[in-house]
Amino acid sequence: MAAPRSPLDRTHPGLIAATAVVYLFLLGPLVIVFGAAFSNTTFLAFPPQGLSLRWFENAFANSAFRASFVTSMQVAFGGTGLALLLGVPAAYAMSRYRVQLPKALSVMFVLPILIPEIVAGFSMLRFLQVSLGLPVVAALLLGHALLVLPYTVRVIGASLAAFDFSAEEAAISLGSPPLKTFVTIVLPNIRSGVIAAFVLAFITSLNDVSISVFLTGPGVSTLPIQILSYVEQFFDPTVASVSVLLMVLTVAVMAAVERTLGLTTFTK
Amino acid sequence: MTQSLALDHVTAHYGTTRVLEDLSIRIAAGELVSLLGASGCGKTTTLRLVAGFMTPTEGTIRLGERDLTRLPAHRRDIGLVFQNYALFPHLSVADNVGFGLRQRGVAPDERGRRVAAMLERVGLAALADRYPAALSGGQKQRVALARALVIEPQLLMFDEPLSNLDAKLRVDMRVEIRELQRANGATAVYVTHDQEEAFSISDRVAIMDAGRIVQLDTPETLYQRPNSEFVARFVGFENMIPLAVTRREAGVAIAEGAEGTRLALPEAEFGRVPDRFVLGARPAGLAVTDADAPLGIPATLGLRTYLGRAYQYQCRTPGGALVADGPLDRPLETGQAARLVPLAQQCCILPDAGRR
Repeated sequence: MAAPRSPLDRTHPGLIAATAVVYLFLLGPLVIVFGAAFSNTTFLAFPPQGLSLRWFENAFANSAFRASFVTSMQVAFGGTGLALLLGVPAAYAMSRYRVQLPKALSVMFVLPILIPEIVAGFSMLRFLQVSLGLPVVAALLLGHALLVLPYTVRVIGASLAAFDFSAEEAAISLGSPPLKTFVTIVLPNIRSGVIAAFVLAFITSLNDVSISVFLTGPGVSTLPIQILSYVEQFFDPTVASVSVLLMVLTVAVMAAVERTLGLTTFTK
Repeated sequence: MTQSLALDHVTAHYGTTRVLEDLSIRIAAGELVSLLGASGCGKTTTLRLVAGFMTPTEGTIRLGERDLTRLPAHRRDIGLVFQNYALFPHLSVADNVGFGLRQRGVAPDERGRRVAAMLERVGLAALADRYPAALSGGQKQRVALARALVIEPQLLMFDEPLSNLDAKLRVDMRVEIRELQRANGATAVYVTHDQEEAFSISDRVAIMDAGRIVQLDTPETLYQRPNSEFVARFVGFENMIPLAVTRREAGVAIAEGAEGTRLALPEAEFGRVPDRFVLGARPAGLAVTDADAPLGIPATLGLRTYLGRAYQYQCRTPGGALVADGPLDRPLETGQAARLVPLAQQCCILPDAGRR
């Protein structure tokens, strides 16, 4: 008589079924979007009828999409860069001086995640645009920097937790000034954390709706917001094509970052 | 050029906690001095002050003619060896060792020559292109050693360098460290909590407790003539027997202690015996003799353990528990009455630090 199978057995039917359902729900929507993007019909339809690239042409021809894409890129790169400029030193200070610094500090850096994004977006609108009177792009940049800051601090902090700070002291004792030591000794050893933080922050910023919807203004929009307003007026598959482009771009950015910076030449 | 190190009246704090108190020590050029003590005694703090990772609240630190007290750490020219090696994980063995030379602007080809020579000396020439992750603990510590030595620092400092290695390797490595330090002629500070390690390689040892140096002497002096109960316990005088001299005749001091304890101490063997004192005795310094002997400490033998060189007995005496070694040829039974007689070579006379 066969022993009852453990639920941890790789070939357990329940496990296989659960895995299949997860894949179905993860990939299903993507298949529909891809299908619709290449369809020939004038409305979102699945399964696609006919094959054409006309909705891609339509997307590229649309100046609003082009302009919002540029804004999205500026905001995603700028905001992520800003968040890294703040997040790397913050994460460093918090792991290096963990004993001396108050615990509340690390909680403060996660706050933006805890506040509902709608509320955060509205308060940023009040603060950045109404009170400070910042131009739309500047407000978007700051808003997105704040949005992704918790991710950068957390991810880089996790990577620093594995770093042995006595290596930093060793470098200093060998004659390397502190700031230079940070660049030559600390940074190379948390590189994978910085890259992961960049990718995570960049994608979060690129796909953000709830903050951007408050901070975009007349004539300036990010791509997700532009898609949203397009769908309110038109029902054709252009949005599907734009979504496909956005996905391809995201994957391309991740791959490029991983290729250029992430290749590990050493084993750790 | 090797230099002497001088700490004068150094006091240091962590926040509001004082961790070093008015510490002064002079280490001669080329000398190796160990700082020995339990964790929290201030030995690592002392090392970090000299390295420049901490600033003293009072006092000065000088290396030769230079005042280091407020000099930034990266300008002190000190070779440091850490407990956990502290190698740079992203650099090869050769680049780890060459790091300090690079900071000093040594030209690449000379740097290569010096790194190769140093790796040859620590027996790692074949591993120059490896990364630290691919090295054993002993190899890592050799890289750390080479990295600290290759810059020919004015001062070498070791922070428990061997405590992550296994016992056999510890003994080999400490000999190697001593040989390299001798050959290099560098002044050295060696921090450890391992008494044997400190004694075996040091010119002098500073025993530390609660932020102070309790005794600074050669290993031989510390081992035979500790100046306090604290140091005596540290070097293995497990038994502390308070006594008072009642009579002196013909160079022999007759001392009495707890009920029935009466000892004859020839001053030729024990040295000058003060009127009131504490006799420190290693287990091997208390001979177990017959209960009807006229002098000694009356004792009842307790648990017997076999140590190879002797049988050891946990003894009950009127003055408290004592540990004594008995002869191998004649194991004694638990509960048996005996007398314990001190042997001068394994005993020391300590000042009565106002106990009771």
